[in-house]
Amino acid sequence: MKDLVLKSFDATRLRREIWDKVMVVVLFLCAACVLFILFIILWHLIARGLSSLNPAFFTHLPKAVGESGGGMANAIIGTFVLLLLAVGVGVPLGLGAGVYLSEYAHQRFAQTVRFMTDVLNGVPSIVFGIFSYTVCVLPMKSFSAVSGGFALGLMMIPMITRTSEQFVKMVPHQLREAGLALGLPKWRVITGIILPSAIGGIMTGIMVALARVAGETAPLLFTAFGNLHYTQSLMQPIAAIPLQIFNYAVSPYSDWHRQAWAGALVLIVIVFIINIWAQYFVYSRKRWSAGK
Amino acid sequence: MNTNGRIEVKNLNFYYGNYQALKNVSMTVEPHQIVAMIGPSGCGKSTLIRIFNRMCDLIPSTRVEGKVLIDGKDIYTKDTDVVSLRRKVGMVFQKSTPFPKSIYDNVAYGLKIIGIKDHRVLNETVEKCLRRSALWDEVKDHLGKSALSLSGGQQQRLCIARAIAVDPEIILMDEPCSALDPIATARIEELMAALKDEYTIVIVTHNMQQAARVSDKTAFLMHGQLIEYNKTTDFFTNPSNKITEDYITGRFG
Repeated sequence: MKDLVLKSFDATRLRREIWDKVMVVVLFLCAACVLFILFIILWHLIARGLSSLNPAFFTHLPKAVGESGGGMANAIIGTFVLLLLAVGVGVPLGLGAGVYLSEYAHQRFAQTVRFMTDVLNGVPSIVFGIFSYTVCVLPMKSFSAVSGGFALGLMMIPMITRTSEQFVKMVPHQLREAGLALGLPKWRVITGIILPSAIGGIMTGIMVALARVAGETAPLLFTAFGNLHYTQSLMQPIAAIPLQIFNYAVSPYSDWHRQAWAGALVLIVIVFIINIWAQYFVYSRKRWSAGK
Repeated sequence: MNTNGRIEVKNLNFYYGNYQALKNVSMTVEPHQIVAMIGPSGCGKSTLIRIFNRMCDLIPSTRVEGKVLIDGKDIYTKDTDVVSLRRKVGMVFQKSTPFPKSIYDNVAYGLKIIGIKDHRVLNETVEKCLRRSALWDEVKDHLGKSALSLSGGQQQRLCIARAIAVDPEIILMDEPCSALDPIATARIEELMAALKDEYTIVIVTHNMQQAARVSDKTAFLMHGQLIEYNKTTDFFTNPSNKITEDYITGRFG
């Protein structure tokens, strides 16, 4: 028996070694593919968008068809305003729910909410738009920045809930005990000790959610609606980069197409900067903790 | 001198669900004494000290029978304020648990949340507590640094400073040295001796030499029962119970 096993081991040796190499190559190609796709997208954006990027793009309003020049100043500001509103809706609700799930909720309830957040996460973004249209736009009788921010904020909730629950749960149990043993009320332990311990993960979760909704077009179509001018009030329609890209891209004018490419490039750079900033925040906290 | 800090335990039974972790335990801890609790793992010694500051409440479906009095007051009545009880009965854990804050804020935090904002008072208290916990000289020049950057022994002394900052009467220590090297352990033991004049200290330890070195009285628990509770010198030289003798001579456990 022993001989037989050894023999067949020897006999299959070559085949094993070839397969081993093949699998490594296949997996490497998969990884390379992922990188390649990202690079293709970036390269396209840069190749087509960079030429339209000039100071005017960041400072001027869109021009009418046929006039050359103009920019997306209103859309860039609009996107920041919408993201700020979305953070205002999504972060308190998502973080609050996540903390509740981790620190207070009974198993059954927590599991139900967890399942529901997963469902919510899978809801197509346009549905959030319709919802916001129904509860914000219709009663207020106007498209508005608020309704757009609300739709984006709702989208952020499930992502933030799940990540903050996870990271709050990861805080060592002893730290909670130490806080309670010092005579801190539970809410103080949470706000003063647990949240600061988990802040790195929570921030990362918020940034991922933010980056995802920053590029959303569908929920804004009939909420923020878009605006060719600066918006004076949060109750008025507001421009956003993804909306502007969409409007320009479906137009028949090559000048607008170029602007759309430039807009896409700017959008990606904004998301990129938000992410780097968040990473830096987490990193500097870690450095401080380590005593540097 | 503070004469408070007496713990009286009367016919205490404690259950985790159906499992009885402590069986009819009665003992008195006198003020300004160091009492060591020893016994094999799972004997209930950690459970017992967690009953003194009601940390055992945190575990669902536990039940306490009998009486625990601190300075003559029953701590298991309906109107016991657990938060102020825990301020009176501080605790230091096996794993050091500095908060993710600066060294200064770790000590000052307990005071800040009860509304003490006067910087002069806070500064004085922080310095006093860090001096008492023999950490001041090592950290006085970088109080703003993260507490997590300290060494394990320093972190544990910081936790003691943090515990005494809120002016407790009793300090519970749950194996405070089991993660420390002998030098850091010696410093904590010196510290305990120095703190005795102000606080009652109850320490759970696996280390019998440590119990013999630091404590005035030693309690030996096994299977949830208090087997022997006696003056430390008598306990180790002349145990009155056969099981105690077997345990301290290493015949089991």
